[in-house]
Amino acid sequence: MIVRITQRKKRNEWLVTWPSLFWLSLLFMIPTAIVFMVAFKPTDNYGGIGPGWTLETLRHLANPNYPAIVWRTVVQSFLTTTICILLAVPAGFFIARANRFWRQLLLLLVIVPFWTSFLIRIFAWKVLLHPEGLIKQLLVFLHMIGPEVSLLYNSGAVLLVMVYTFLPFAILPIYAAAEKFDFHLLEAARDLGAHQWQAFFRVFIPGIRRGLLTAILVVFIPALGSYVIPDIVGGPNAEMIGNKIAQRVFVDRNLPHASGLSAFLILAVLVPLLAVLALQKSRDRAAPLIQEDA
Amino acid sequence: MKQSRLPLVITLLLLAFFYLPILVLVITSFNASRFGTTWEGWSLHWYRRLLQEREILHALSNSLIIAVSATIVSVILGTTAAFALHRYKTRLQRFHYALIYTPLVVPEILMGISLLLFFVAIGMELGLFTIFLAHVTFCISYVAMVVLGRLQDFDFTIVEAAQDLGAGWWASTWRVLLPLLAPGILAGGLLAFTLSIDDFVITFFVAGPGSTTLPIRIYSMIKHGSPPLINALSTLLLLITFMVVWASQHLTRESS
Repeated sequence: MIVRITQRKKRNEWLVTWPSLFWLSLLFMIPTAIVFMVAFKPTDNYGGIGPGWTLETLRHLANPNYPAIVWRTVVQSFLTTTICILLAVPAGFFIARANRFWRQLLLLLVIVPFWTSFLIRIFAWKVLLHPEGLIKQLLVFLHMIGPEVSLLYNSGAVLLVMVYTFLPFAILPIYAAAEKFDFHLLEAARDLGAHQWQAFFRVFIPGIRRGLLTAILVVFIPALGSYVIPDIVGGPNAEMIGNKIAQRVFVDRNLPHASGLSAFLILAVLVPLLAVLALQKSRDRAAPLIQEDA
Repeated sequence: MKQSRLPLVITLLLLAFFYLPILVLVITSFNASRFGTTWEGWSLHWYRRLLQEREILHALSNSLIIAVSATIVSVILGTTAAFALHRYKTRLQRFHYALIYTPLVVPEILMGISLLLFFVAIGMELGLFTIFLAHVTFCISYVAMVVLGRLQDFDFTIVEAAQDLGAGWWASTWRVLLPLLAPGILAGGLLAFTLSIDDFVITFFVAGPGSTTLPIRIYSMIKHGSPPLINALSTLLLLITFMVVWASQHLTRESS
């Protein structure tokens, strides 16, 4: 009897597990493994993948241009994450402390850009930063920059637009953590003689640690793979790894070379991911893997 | 107790930062001027021009076909996945959770290139079908996470009560559990639909000739096309987005 119940339970578990498990194994796990395999394959004359194995791609990856691009990718992603966190912490703090009406309204205002078209938000900045756009004309009018300065097609423009697109992703998990934070603790700290800032940094920040880690993860990792933003508002001097991958696919049609770069990017993504997971696991073992945002 | 005003100031500045570019875009879309630099009065000229662009309508219909089909399939797969993750706490589910969670943090370009290589390796022709497969793949995780969130707040004693009153597994699932979870499943579906219709990076990698979607069309317009037309198109899309967000907020409020 008991055996039959456990068998039925197992069967039911499989029934609801296999559809997604099968789909993601076939179309997520296997394709990711293929990236590493194709890096050791030759190209054929039709832009496909040839037979046999080769180390040709690895030799190409020793291209002297690449270290600078990798470095720029890491620096841009790091700066994006830092700026997003610095802005998202006070915003999350403020939204969590607001009353019910304001909290819902502010949250909605943060979420709406998250739902609007990614390309359109980038395009909006291209319009603003354009030589004849609003910001450029305003800055020239105020004599802050000369008319010859270009606001578009440089690393600064890429950083600005990256912060703009990733900021909602940072605010949401920080807000979710701040909402659960017991703000009486801040009052207690002040009663015990802590300064307002001391209470903020030594009680509030450790209190929302999980939200902070999630925010860092969901900004830094996608930032490493940025491709459209440097493609539209950046120039040749602002390219990131993503641009190189896209060029190998769409311009030279060299798939093994593209997968070599992608394999490198996967490894670069795994480092911060595993670091944050290890950090979370060591702090609190009982809690689930990663707290879901909002 | 005196509070620092800094968080308030930063929050207000952030909202201005979020909405200023969108606002400028919407206003310029009604500008009669060809170059958008000088104001030549209100006009719907660019909207009329937009309606004449056959390629945009074709791209829109492609996008809708993919978004609707990908939403249906990913809602089914995502909901069953959420049930499994919520109901069973086995080693298999730990692996299942990792498999559902990882696509959420992987950069889009990596998912795009890996699917492209997969389709090339198995010799599948690129087109609407490969885009559909790719979209379901990234939508499953989002649907599963939204439904899982709802399941965690769900009172399962209601289902047990139905079973005590004689409802079988099937009846209690179809007539009690699913109707009560419908707002959550619908919210997941809405998210999947928006993500699918907006996706550019992954789609660009797995699209073939003749399978241009709206974001791919917008991208090539941004690269080579006329800015006033994109302004008008963007404004229309923003309007639709605001309506969808409003609807989803409505759903969330009713369920809570």
